[in-house]
Amino acid sequence: MADTGIGAAVRRTEDLRFLTGKGRYTDDINRPGQLYAYILRSSVPHATIRSIDTAAAVAAPGVVAVYTGADMAGAGVNGLPCGWQVHSKDGEPMKEPAHPPLAVGKVRHVGDPVAVVIAESYAQAREAADAIALDLEELPAVADTRAASASGAPQLFDEVPGNLCYDWEIGDKAVNDAAFAKAAHVAKLDLVNNRLVPNAMEPRCYIGDYDPTRGEYTLYTSTQNPHVIRLLMGAFVLGIPENKLRVVGPDVGGGFGSKIYHYAEEAIVTWSAGQLGRAVKWTAERSESFMSDAHGRDHVTHVELALDADGVFLAMRVSTLANMGAYLSTFAPCVPTYLYATLLAGCYRTPTVYCNVKAVFTNTVPVDAYRGAGRPEATYLIERIVDVAADETGIDPAELRRRNFIPKDAFPYQTPVALVYDIGDYDQTLDAALAAIDYQGFEARRAEAAKRGRYRGIGISTYIEACGIAPSNVVGSLGARAGLYEAAQVRVHPTGSVSVYTGSHSHGQGHETTFAQLVSDTFGIPFESVEIVHGDTDKVLFGMGTYGSRSLAVGGTAIVKAMNKVIEKARKAAAHILEASEADVEFADGQFRVKGTDRAMSFGEVALAAYVPHKYPLDELEPGLDETAFYDPKNFTFPAGCHVAEVEIDPDTGVVTLVNFAAADDVGRVINPMIVEGQVHGGVAQGVGQALLESCVYDAQGQLVTGSYMDYCMPRADNLPPVSVSTHVTLCPHNDLGVKGCGEVGAIGSPPAVMNAVVDALSALGVKHVEMPATPQRVWQAIRDAKGAAAA
Amino acid sequence: MSVRVTMTLNGKEVSAEVEDRTLLVSMLREKLGMTGTHVGCDTSQCGACVVHVDGRSVKSCTVLAAQCDGASVTTIEGLAKGNTLHPMQEAFRDNHGLQCGFCTPGMVMSALDLVARNPDPSEHEIREWLEGNLCRCTGYHNIVKSIKAGAQAMRGGK
Repeated sequence: MADTGIGAAVRRTEDLRFLTGKGRYTDDINRPGQLYAYILRSSVPHATIRSIDTAAAVAAPGVVAVYTGADMAGAGVNGLPCGWQVHSKDGEPMKEPAHPPLAVGKVRHVGDPVAVVIAESYAQAREAADAIALDLEELPAVADTRAASASGAPQLFDEVPGNLCYDWEIGDKAVNDAAFAKAAHVAKLDLVNNRLVPNAMEPRCYIGDYDPTRGEYTLYTSTQNPHVIRLLMGAFVLGIPENKLRVVGPDVGGGFGSKIYHYAEEAIVTWSAGQLGRAVKWTAERSESFMSDAHGRDHVTHVELALDADGVFLAMRVSTLANMGAYLSTFAPCVPTYLYATLLAGCYRTPTVYCNVKAVFTNTVPVDAYRGAGRPEATYLIERIVDVAADETGIDPAELRRRNFIPKDAFPYQTPVALVYDIGDYDQTLDAALAAIDYQGFEARRAEAAKRGRYRGIGISTYIEACGIAPSNVVGSLGARAGLYEAAQVRVHPTGSVSVYTGSHSHGQGHETTFAQLVSDTFGIPFESVEIVHGDTDKVLFGMGTYGSRSLAVGGTAIVKAMNKVIEKARKAAAHILEASEADVEFADGQFRVKGTDRAMSFGEVALAAYVPHKYPLDELEPGLDETAFYDPKNFTFPAGCHVAEVEIDPDTGVVTLVNFAAADDVGRVINPMIVEGQVHGGVAQGVGQALLESCVYDAQGQLVTGSYMDYCMPRADNLPPVSVSTHVTLCPHNDLGVKGCGEVGAIGSPPAVMNAVVDALSALGVKHVEMPATPQRVWQAIRDAKGAAAA
Repeated sequence: MSVRVTMTLNGKEVSAEVEDRTLLVSMLREKLGMTGTHVGCDTSQCGACVVHVDGRSVKSCTVLAAQCDGASVTTIEGLAKGNTLHPMQEAFRDNHGLQCGFCTPGMVMSALDLVARNPDPSEHEIREWLEGNLCRCTGYHNIVKSIKAGAQAMRGGK
């Protein structure tokens, strides 16, 4: 068992189909009689719809139907719901304007869906869309986060004055102000957390199907959470009860948050299938992904950190403007509040933190959670301001962090921003990362680089994040409109093989392998005897899906709870059959054994007895061995760690080369180290992308500039060095597995490490800050400005 | 206008009637049911659609099906021999060179063209070669490792 159990680097079950072209992604599925949808989108950022004339498109070859927002609204289709309600500091609920699947009255961003053309072929649908006469009266637009909150800014919604969605705060401002008044030093920084496009490699794809004889709908969707989509679309948008709506999320080609949300196109194809009695397929072109997948980040922030004369943090205050885009995506309001400001204590004992967040609407694609979701934004500003403070006080950045860490014997630790950290050891991961990168030897490397005419810099980031979302009572009190437990069903078959039905969804994470390791290890049965089933509401009873690094901590624990029920029932059966008292029967290594004897039954023998109950305690026990559990976590989990980056900068071109990167992460118990390392690699690449390459750009008129891979700079293989990864375990004390989550640590920890390295490389010139992404142009300009200032 | 395109696909002759504007990837996926080749972008950047035409890697989203009339085309489906994976596929599995699997067919096909030209590529050469293949999951670290291992296995080493 050891080679496939907990802790083993088992090769992935799912790889065989992915490596041979046998994966089954949504676009690989075709339904009989299937039609194709093309969505006509707004090419302007803000306009009143004067009229839409679809007559010529309806008459075009192959076209079966053309629908507009008025058609859907007229048929009783509702707007897309928001799953989280934030209240402003004055107690008022956030502004929550309607978000129809197809625009009604106005378009509010480039890419806003206006009409759908459904035809026998995709080419016909696309060509017919050109024949739609869309008469728009253009309005002034605002895309920039700061500009949207300025007085006189164009208004997206009549009912949202100043484009202000909410004005929220956390922390005691008076206490915070008092702490600042006593500071020996205050470090200050303005920074932008750049807008990103998630860019899962599989474009979103949906197929709506309808069986009129049964009145049943099916939606095949590239989603991270099929049951959540069924709930949102069925209950709120289309009015289809759960027993008439099946949602299937088959193989999904990456998500990173962008496939959590309920999107307009899901409702459009499902509703259209019902109207037409035929399946309707829509597959995004990549340029559509850029203008319709929820974007990430986009914060403008001012931060101040107060320190005493010894460099001890006294207080931090933060004010942030967060861009919501043109409408509220499913979980958008919680990202810059409860997933962000609650993490502003970081790994530090800062006694008071105050944060004010104003969320604004702009004429841009809606913004929602993207890998890390709020925690990268928090970590970036904390770790940048700590470096600014280190620079200004002359304290070594590693030493300043160490001086302010929450010590490992202080857990559980109540932060000033609501969270209770359960466990951690921040010195351990800091030490490991510094050792891995040879921090002590850095100055020699800097001097060597200088001889070659290169500026070399090193940057540290020590991060913490909250994941394993979430305790339902807690998030309910904070505005979540759903519970955030997870469900699992463990079905033991008569001959002892096991099917596990999990509400988690795998779209690259390898659950079919990791979860099978867990089950095989617990039941003492071969890895190959375990099947993991996910992604189909007809098979899996319920689930909240995969995001926020929650699958193992919440979904895995639900599996453990169901397995425990199986074991307890099987132990009763075994005791009866072995003619022993239940208390005397123990279960280990796949055997139910009467303690101190050689009388035993294997797991498979008990399973058979449960289904062929000839010698079975039928008076006390039902036949069968199939148990279900819902697990609601007791707390968040708190992965933490340290990332260190080393860069070299060519002063002539401004090109930043990442030459060395070390990650030391505490993600709790590791089930499959190969998969955990892969998750860290991928997260780091996305974080490095944010720091050095990626940025979603709108021009001043609200036009999307970075609308394809020609313009949006994705990380490529030659942008990245090999990454050193190590894991250091403190066990999560409140779930059965001791696990924390590993999916987001890379994207959270790495951007400030890289940016601190960039600033460190340039600090001798007097550069204090460089915005992300540190493109050659931006870095070259920073060098030029600094040299100019020095000469003046 | 429609045209009949006949090609050798993974060693077998196939033929289909397609519109003259049909891209190779569309013919593969929609006419021939070979859905292992993926479409990840519309600007020939991502490389999820890489197949081999007459032994060289091409982006099948940027080639007309009609251009491949008479050609020999190999896709990801044509690499394994029954249940035995090609050494490059095996290397990707051994080294966790894939996560969601969407870019994987293009990565493997691209890697094989690299190794055909350069049987022992350095890490630097692999990273440069992959300029035309995007992956959002792995950070490329394990893809590079996989290709090195796959190349070694194909040279007969272990």
